[in-house]
Amino acid sequence: MNSRNNNTISKGVDWLVIWLYAILVAIGILCIFMVEYKPGTDWLQTFIAGKTNYSKQLIFLGVCVIVATFILLADSKLFTTFSNLLYAFGILLMLATFVVGKNINGSKSWIPLAGGFNLQPAELCKIFTALALSKFLSRQETDFTNIKSQIIGAVIALAPAILSIFQNETGLALVYFSFFIAMYREGLPPALLIVGISFGVLVVATLIVDKNILAIALTIIALLAIYILRRYIKRQKSILTIIVALWFICVGVQRFAVPYIFNNVFQCYQSTRIYSMVGKDYDCTQNHHKSKSNSDKPSKKPDDYNVRQSKIAIGSGGLWGKGFLKGTQTRGKYVPEQHTDFIFTSLSEAFGLVGCVIFLGLYLLLLFRIVRIAERQRSTFSRVYAYSVASIIFFHITVNVCMTVGLFPIIGIPLPLISYGGSSLLTFTILIFILIRLDADRQMVLR
Amino acid sequence: MPVFNQNRSRVIQVIFTSIFIIILVQLIHLQILSPKYKLAAENNAIYRKIVYPDRGIIFDRKRRPLLENIMSFDLVVTPSEAKGTDTLDLCTLLQIDTTEYKRRMRDIIFKNTAVRPSVFEPLLTQELYAKLYENMYKFPGFILSERKSRAYPYNIGANVLGYIAEVDTSFLRRHKEEGYEQGDYTGMTGLERSYEKVLMGQRGIQRFIKDNRSRIQGAYENGVFDTAAVAGKNLYTSIDVELQKLGEKLMNNKVGSIVAIDPKTGGILCMVSAPTYNPNYLTGNQRKKHFAQLLLDPRLPFNNRAIGNKYSPGSTFKTVSGIIGLTEGVITERTTVTCNGAFQGCGTGKPKCLDKGTFDFKNAIAHSDNTYFSTVYKRILDQPRYGGADSALTVFNKYAYTFGLGHKLGIDIPSEKAGNLPISKYYRKIFGQKWYSCNVISNAIGQGEVQTTLLQLANVMAIIANKGWYYTPHIVDSIQGGDEYNMLDAFKTKHYTDKNIPDSIFDAVQDGMQAVVDYGTAAASKIDGIVMCGKTGTVENYAKINGVMVKQQDHSFFGAFAPRDNPKIAIAVICENSGQGAWAAAPIASFLVEQYLRDSISGTERKTKLEEFANKNLIPYLMRMQMQKNDSLKRVKENEIIQQQMNKENNDSTETDEPALQEVKPKVPIKKIPSKNKISAVAIIIDEQRKIQKAIARKV
Repeated sequence: MNSRNNNTISKGVDWLVIWLYAILVAIGILCIFMVEYKPGTDWLQTFIAGKTNYSKQLIFLGVCVIVATFILLADSKLFTTFSNLLYAFGILLMLATFVVGKNINGSKSWIPLAGGFNLQPAELCKIFTALALSKFLSRQETDFTNIKSQIIGAVIALAPAILSIFQNETGLALVYFSFFIAMYREGLPPALLIVGISFGVLVVATLIVDKNILAIALTIIALLAIYILRRYIKRQKSILTIIVALWFICVGVQRFAVPYIFNNVFQCYQSTRIYSMVGKDYDCTQNHHKSKSNSDKPSKKPDDYNVRQSKIAIGSGGLWGKGFLKGTQTRGKYVPEQHTDFIFTSLSEAFGLVGCVIFLGLYLLLLFRIVRIAERQRSTFSRVYAYSVASIIFFHITVNVCMTVGLFPIIGIPLPLISYGGSSLLTFTILIFILIRLDADRQMVLR
Repeated sequence: MPVFNQNRSRVIQVIFTSIFIIILVQLIHLQILSPKYKLAAENNAIYRKIVYPDRGIIFDRKRRPLLENIMSFDLVVTPSEAKGTDTLDLCTLLQIDTTEYKRRMRDIIFKNTAVRPSVFEPLLTQELYAKLYENMYKFPGFILSERKSRAYPYNIGANVLGYIAEVDTSFLRRHKEEGYEQGDYTGMTGLERSYEKVLMGQRGIQRFIKDNRSRIQGAYENGVFDTAAVAGKNLYTSIDVELQKLGEKLMNNKVGSIVAIDPKTGGILCMVSAPTYNPNYLTGNQRKKHFAQLLLDPRLPFNNRAIGNKYSPGSTFKTVSGIIGLTEGVITERTTVTCNGAFQGCGTGKPKCLDKGTFDFKNAIAHSDNTYFSTVYKRILDQPRYGGADSALTVFNKYAYTFGLGHKLGIDIPSEKAGNLPISKYYRKIFGQKWYSCNVISNAIGQGEVQTTLLQLANVMAIIANKGWYYTPHIVDSIQGGDEYNMLDAFKTKHYTDKNIPDSIFDAVQDGMQAVVDYGTAAASKIDGIVMCGKTGTVENYAKINGVMVKQQDHSFFGAFAPRDNPKIAIAVICENSGQGAWAAAPIASFLVEQYLRDSISGTERKTKLEEFANKNLIPYLMRMQMQKNDSLKRVKENEIIQQQMNKENNDSTETDEPALQEVKPKVPIKKIPSKNKISAVAIIIDEQRKIQKAIARKV
């Protein structure tokens, strides 16, 4: 098998995904170049000197190409075999951050490596979790209709998330929720999605509407439901119990759970960002992180500064954009973190709506392609893994783009393959190329 | 492996798509339907830098600059970048304390945000600039920014040139259409004001891209939208620097003014208003302080007395009434009138005359005979052919009007007064319908209601010199690059006096005026070798003191032109409260005439006399009192401060010492304060001062 693989490294490889990968990374480097560009400087020289972010990103890309080649050369069985071990290793690394962790930007989620590089285990853990989840779901004895295995699956997905929250990396923690999409494909009851969405609506409603009015509204809805379903209730008393229980839960969430999360789980700045999304001010004195977060992250600018500037950058692009390197918002560095989290703004300012549509089209194409790849796998392991990859990428895009266009609170999540950052690029490269490797062996049944 | 839930892949694809559609909708909303973001981006990123043009320079008749532009430096700070500044060092250099530093910073941030550069200390002195320049590395966020300011190399002509000042909000309201902006300078008085349009030039605008900290990133669109600054036009005036300098020197410590006109062109050769100030006083960083000082000065240095004060012209007016009398035929050159000490025509014995005797026209002028000209005036008003005093006065005024009296001449600097030619309606109000010549006889000798500005008087001299015509007196001869706004057109029309006046009448008047200088009232001011025609004037005047009119020392007047043939200079001088015309004004005029015609003063005797005159202090008594009062006010204030300090010290000291000290205490400071009453009076004046200071604050 080894010899065969050696001869035909490209056999069965999905070229479309590789092309999309290459195009997206190229766009990413171009975007970073736009952000960094300063007229008058000899960009070629700085490029060669490797001191700018885009040249660094290019170096990262070089590393990624090497890693990708190794992955493509590797045996697919390797991934199934080591998935649990890797997962355990990932969790260990994350735990290690609490001991040897380095504080970068207020989150203690980095492990310092030699040569000034830092490793963020939570990023790598995405890969390991995807593998472990696939491994678990593809076990012969796992019956995912069974509630017990559903819970185990959830625990596998959410364990790193919980650790991330403790590391002060809420954004990364959220990503792990994307595994539910993969689990849904494997038979998680749709009711869970509905409950999830309802919960989201309830949280948003809690933020927007005054709590007493919301309680009254909920009561009215419950009473209306009882009135409408009165005939069924007569026949079956349990419906009434369910409605009352639901009402009780809703009010409980609205009254206690949401304020508790905002005051105790989230940092002050996070709560403030979420509140500013719906146009409200968050009173930081209620936050128990108050004293700590104040010293950690002194905020000079108003909290909606980022979003406002980001929206201005995107909005000023218009239909066709201002042209390559002509974005005033980008050149003036008005958008903070533009080379990482807000990279989308430089693209949309320069190329306008047309550019954005093409760009998002590429992403959608990639996602659909991965879903298609997933569905053509013979082995559950590969399928679950493919869905995990699609979910992670999808989640990143959604949160990141929605954040820049002002539909979502600011959460530090990079745009896959585009944002500047070695960890992020490497993670997505590994994710995608493992998928490609697995897909190349789609005729095999992997366990 | 059985494939369950395959349909769920569709659901997942729908979820993917729907999220992308939501994003797309929001993108359309932002990029297509909200033009405000485009505007916001421009407001963010485009910095419009105003490029100030150089103001035009004003030259004298020999192209010497009366004022010019010099480069000076402002200390400019961007507060947000000034965090690491060595505050203490900076304060020591600027000689301010840290509270002042903090106060200024607060004001700057409040007015102009922390990220934009604002002026911290304007117009640094050379010395301070050098010191700061060496130490700039200690003051991050501070830069030395150059700017042009006015400089006056000869220290003269403050009232003529005027000053410039930063525009205030009310100015901006009044001049909305002219494109001024906060921080611009505009001419406030003098030539700076009247020729603002040409002097100011045209501002240029450069567009830059700025970054989030307002740092300039480069030109916007490579500068295609930039406009260049167009420098202001230079003005070429008729002022003669040497003459102006001498005039100001002679008028030092005197109150009054001098106007000299080139009768051929109407160009003003010098215009001195005294007391004046050094125009450089209003340019440096002490401008505000100096401005307040000058505004509070009882000598009113901002007042241009040559055009802003109306005087009774006194005997100099006799030339005009003489010409009118001759033209109307009420007298001839041979008409003689005898004075026995006073004019008896009205039975009041007024006005008196100084020299008794019988005078013909020439000698009446030479000796300034009041009786002669009262007779002439009375004859005009009593002429039966006019049919009454009303219409006779109208005839008289009509002549006087063509001599440029009773109306603004239209000189090219602002705040000119019109003077006054009283009309019959005015007299009817006072003397009733049946008023007659004797009511107004003092007009004959320029002591009545007739009032002229000194400029008008100088112009009358020019008219007599020209024998019947004049150009409107003006300071600016030409504007660099042409008179684009037709500002000089008014100075190119020749104005004639009544055509009925033949040259022979002017000759007669000139004969008389020459006699004035040759052997008449101003004989002492005769210049050897120059035929000068002049007329003295001694004007009685009164000042209101505590509501009572009190006679003051006479104003000294002199009007003249020279040389008689082909006159080159017509001049009028007033020296307030300095006695007879021959005593102060005439010598001053003679010095200036000689200076202008010969470029120097000849003879050691005259030179010493000149110095003697220049050093004479003829500040009127009342003004001196007022100045003293102000000075003593200052002293009183200082004393109060000393007293307070002493009180404080006393309170600090032990109780046993107190009685002894208190006995001593009053003696020291109160000695200088005469009485308690004075202190209370002082308090009122302080209030007034405060009012004035408020006014200053508004003006500055």
